[in-house]
Amino acid sequence: MSEFVTLTIDGKEVKAPKGSTVLEAARSAGINIPTLCFLKDINEIGACRMCIVDVGARSFQAACMYPVSEGLKVITNSPKIRETRKVTLELILSSHEKKCLTCVRSKNCELQTLAKELNIKDIRFEGELQNYPIDDLSHSVVRDPNKCVLCRRCVSVCKNVQTVSAIDTMGRGYKTIVASPFHMPLKDTPCVNCGQCIVACPVGALREKSSVEKVWEALSNKDLHVVVQTAPAVRAGLGEEFDYPVGTRVTGKMVTALKMLGFAKVFDTDTAADLTIMEEGTELVDRIKNNGKLPLITSCSPGWIKFCEHFYPDMLDNLSTCKSPQNMFGAVLKSYYAEKMGIDPAKIFVVSVMPCTAKKYEAERPELASTGYPDIDEVLTTRELAEMIKEAGIDFKNLEDSQFDDPMGEATGAGVIFGATGGVMEAALRSVPYLLTGKDDDNVDIKVVRGVETVKEAEVEVNGIKIKAAVVHGLGNARKLLDKIKAGEAEYHFVEVMACPGGCVNGGGQPIQPASVRFDLDLRAERAKALYEEDQGSTMRRSHQNPRVLKMYEEYFEKPGGHKSHKLLHTHYVARENYPENLE
Amino acid sequence: MVCRSHILICNGTGCVASKSPEIMAKLNEHLAANGIEKEVKIVKTGCFGLCEKGPIMVIYPEGATYCHVSPDDVEEIVNEHLVKGRIVKRLLLGDKDAEDVAKSLENVGFFARQQRVALRNCGVINPENIDEYIARDGYAALAKAVTEMTPQQVIDEIKKSGLRGRGGAGFPTGLKWQFAAQEVNDQKYVCCNADEGDPGAFMDRSVLEGDPHTVLEAMAIAGYAIGSNQGYIYVRAEYPIAVQRLKIAIDQAREYGLLGKNIFGTNFSFDVDIRLGAGAFVCGEETALMTSIEGKRGEPRTRPPFPAVKGLWEKPTILNNVETYANIPMILLKGAEWFASIGTEKSKGTKVFAVGGNINNTGLVEIPMGTTLREVIYDIGGGIPKGKAFKAAQTGGPSGGCIPAQHLDTPIDYDNLIALGSMMGSGGLIVMDEDNCMVDIAKFFLEFTVDESCGKCPPCRIGTKRMHEILERITEGKGEEGDIEKLETLAESIKQGALCGLGQTAPNPVLSTLRYFRDEYEAHVKEKRCPAGVCKAMLNFSIIPEKCKGCSLCAKKCPVGAISGEIKKPYVIDTAKCIKCGVCMDSCKFAAIEKK
Repeated sequence: MSEFVTLTIDGKEVKAPKGSTVLEAARSAGINIPTLCFLKDINEIGACRMCIVDVGARSFQAACMYPVSEGLKVITNSPKIRETRKVTLELILSSHEKKCLTCVRSKNCELQTLAKELNIKDIRFEGELQNYPIDDLSHSVVRDPNKCVLCRRCVSVCKNVQTVSAIDTMGRGYKTIVASPFHMPLKDTPCVNCGQCIVACPVGALREKSSVEKVWEALSNKDLHVVVQTAPAVRAGLGEEFDYPVGTRVTGKMVTALKMLGFAKVFDTDTAADLTIMEEGTELVDRIKNNGKLPLITSCSPGWIKFCEHFYPDMLDNLSTCKSPQNMFGAVLKSYYAEKMGIDPAKIFVVSVMPCTAKKYEAERPELASTGYPDIDEVLTTRELAEMIKEAGIDFKNLEDSQFDDPMGEATGAGVIFGATGGVMEAALRSVPYLLTGKDDDNVDIKVVRGVETVKEAEVEVNGIKIKAAVVHGLGNARKLLDKIKAGEAEYHFVEVMACPGGCVNGGGQPIQPASVRFDLDLRAERAKALYEEDQGSTMRRSHQNPRVLKMYEEYFEKPGGHKSHKLLHTHYVARENYPENLE
Repeated sequence: MVCRSHILICNGTGCVASKSPEIMAKLNEHLAANGIEKEVKIVKTGCFGLCEKGPIMVIYPEGATYCHVSPDDVEEIVNEHLVKGRIVKRLLLGDKDAEDVAKSLENVGFFARQQRVALRNCGVINPENIDEYIARDGYAALAKAVTEMTPQQVIDEIKKSGLRGRGGAGFPTGLKWQFAAQEVNDQKYVCCNADEGDPGAFMDRSVLEGDPHTVLEAMAIAGYAIGSNQGYIYVRAEYPIAVQRLKIAIDQAREYGLLGKNIFGTNFSFDVDIRLGAGAFVCGEETALMTSIEGKRGEPRTRPPFPAVKGLWEKPTILNNVETYANIPMILLKGAEWFASIGTEKSKGTKVFAVGGNINNTGLVEIPMGTTLREVIYDIGGGIPKGKAFKAAQTGGPSGGCIPAQHLDTPIDYDNLIALGSMMGSGGLIVMDEDNCMVDIAKFFLEFTVDESCGKCPPCRIGTKRMHEILERITEGKGEEGDIEKLETLAESIKQGALCGLGQTAPNPVLSTLRYFRDEYEAHVKEKRCPAGVCKAMLNFSIIPEKCKGCSLCAKKCPVGAISGEIKKPYVIDTAKCIKCGVCMDSCKFAAIEKK
């Protein structure tokens, strides 16, 4: 049990656990202290000075960092505190490019909210503005330093959570800027495109590279057969863009909306997830049986793949050769589906809606075009889909539900949980016994791999073969686990890695929730719940039971790991250098 | 070997820059030419403090102090002084015609009012020779501490001495040590802040260059007191001589067993390493300094936790400034009572000041706390050149403020300076006379903080920038009604809101000049006039026809051809062309040009 201390905040006696901060104590007592740079568990550095309070010290202290102590007297609201906060905020506003009306974060901007909350009516201290170039060369992430408030949430998440460090603060004083090494475009850095920086950003300094216009264009092109697939995590996040509580599943409305937008077919990426399990499960069984390279590591997460290519090039052979579900689906659509429907694959335009910005990069990988056409033509994030729905004037909340389209509209519960950390592993473990023995075991709910704990382990035994599995999410955690594996301190047969903390539900393409919401709510857990509920309610919960997938094998691919599969559903990886040797 | 004469020659940075190494080479050459190289010993010392008059050379046994020595003087010094025994009067410091020309250092006006504790060995010993340090009781304090005293006794002695941090904030040193000592941890660190960054301050550099062992000894004592076996000196890379001498000193101390394992045969082990700073001013802030030692971007972090609890690599750490350390051995050797007998009630001991600006004796002085500014400026500093009137003294660098003439008799100590709106800081003291514009001075210091802000918190990053923009406006004659109030609003919020000491004190130069020279600000804003005649945008140069002889010199000198006229008739300045460089004014022999 943690010890408690008693302190006074604004004259109110408050009990708080020892080791907690004044901010936490105040919020638990219903006293709101404004914050900007603070992002729980990710960025706790007391830099922005919005949360300053009077603790009787020489100057005001940052409540987000100041530890509670017995008898501490805190004042959070006095004329001087309000004025100091206001001046600080006006200063931030004075150096911020205030193109709010056309900003991607308009109405979801923490700076805007703060200006309203602090009752800013005038900016008294206008002065020189910065004029930095916008970096929009990456396929995934656009950086606009002119809107940056230097809160460093992006830096912390990139450096500490993901251990990628593609960006950091550079320069001093007013010329301080968050930038990549040597001011290289992000695309030339080891940035893995995970987009965690985007969802951490309180303002519009970071956003995805938009595909909205390209998709509108395709949809209005009568020569094209434009189809869309949606990843499982999208249905668990999209509702937030329409004011539903976090964790509300809006599958049916989403499908209706997509149909209204004009997509010829609306498919469920979960079907491809089931296909992935068939291929990857077979690969695992094969490697175990034939002394192949172990552990086998999942390859669904394109952020993770690029991370591995940059930082663990010696482990590329451990990666599953399976394409991600997104790209498997694209390849299927432009081969099997095209053939079946009698459509020229050149005319099929595949859009995918993903909770992920790295998927945009993945779609551009030149090797992922095994049909002769790119597997995927455009990728929209969950946020971009919401933009399109709004732009089209669709009254989302009042939509009727619809079903995904055939012939690939059916998925199992196993495919659905791909969107949460541990989901791929659980889905695989549901099918591996069958793939090894031709028989199912009793385990459907493999709960040890669920949840937001950083590393989760599971062990299953099938016919005397022990399969040791590990699940890790967040690249910093992945790094630790990989180092252990490399050092021989941990041994597994199968490892699931998801680049984003919590897996796809918390991807860089998901709706952005402000720090205030993230203070009380674990988005990872809330959104994951929506997926596990769907899985629980499914009649089919094992990928190898998916009749559509089985039919695909029967009609086209013959068998998992077969010749056609290898051509269309598998890929290869390249070692990437971290920084070019000859910098211009 | 006994020598009949000793030549002490300053090898501090200033004198090295004005050729003291060349002087030494010439000395060797001429001593040899006269065959007396074995009778005369040359000692390469640290800084004497009288940098204005460098290179400085002192020849014993006479104690003749020569100043402004150039390599060309060496032959004469050797032939006259050392061969013939005749003092070279023209090079003497002080009164050249006095009866007793060979005044000893202590009797020269500049040194007479000083009391050298931290600088005791500077200019006295060869800093690259540990034996000379030991001969001056070096490492005796460490020996006493580790063999005769308990760590707590050491801390108690420091506490009793009343020593406060010389880096700026004046925190009681003994208390700081106590906090670190009471932490239970298998690893603790002792750090030395040698990241001297205030413009014009160079006392730490001089100690490191002139007496590096005293810092090592004090750090070892601190290590013993708090239970640490590792020290780090964070010194700026811009101090190459200091770094070099520290390296030599560390090697020598290790060789003598005064650093390393089982010092003086006890269980106490301690070693010191050097870390070079890359020149960011903010790295003088304790948390930023430690972050920088860790190899990260040098930026401050919030406190608590304080370094004594969680410092370098999250281990209990003490950080003291060079000058603070330089006092430690003397406190242990002479006793806390002795140290506490110097100074004022709350500020004990001495303080070193780097005196600069409009003053005759630019250099380094060490005075007992409680000495008045007037004594420092007039008695030690020799007053203001050209008989100009004193206007203000700036102390505490960019974190400090200006002290005007009415407070010249205030005894200098930590608390008095703060009460006057300034601060001790690390000891920079810049003297300003009637020709200095106080708005311009404030702008200068603010420009420094704008450049040196680490950029982490908005009050400092943006606030100082906005203040500087307002000051630029004011000094360009574009000041607006309300600008002064805006400066005050910003200053107050930055003081309260900034994350670290750098930001919290950044507005001080503006606040203190506003406090004492508000009329100057108002003249700039309301009358578009710079009373001191410094802010060029508001100045106009003109020729007084009555005084002009029509010599045409100014017209010839003017770089932009703004002056025209006929010989022997008054010339005129075309103000549209004039770039206000002041060359005409400097060149006019009849004082016929005025600016206003």
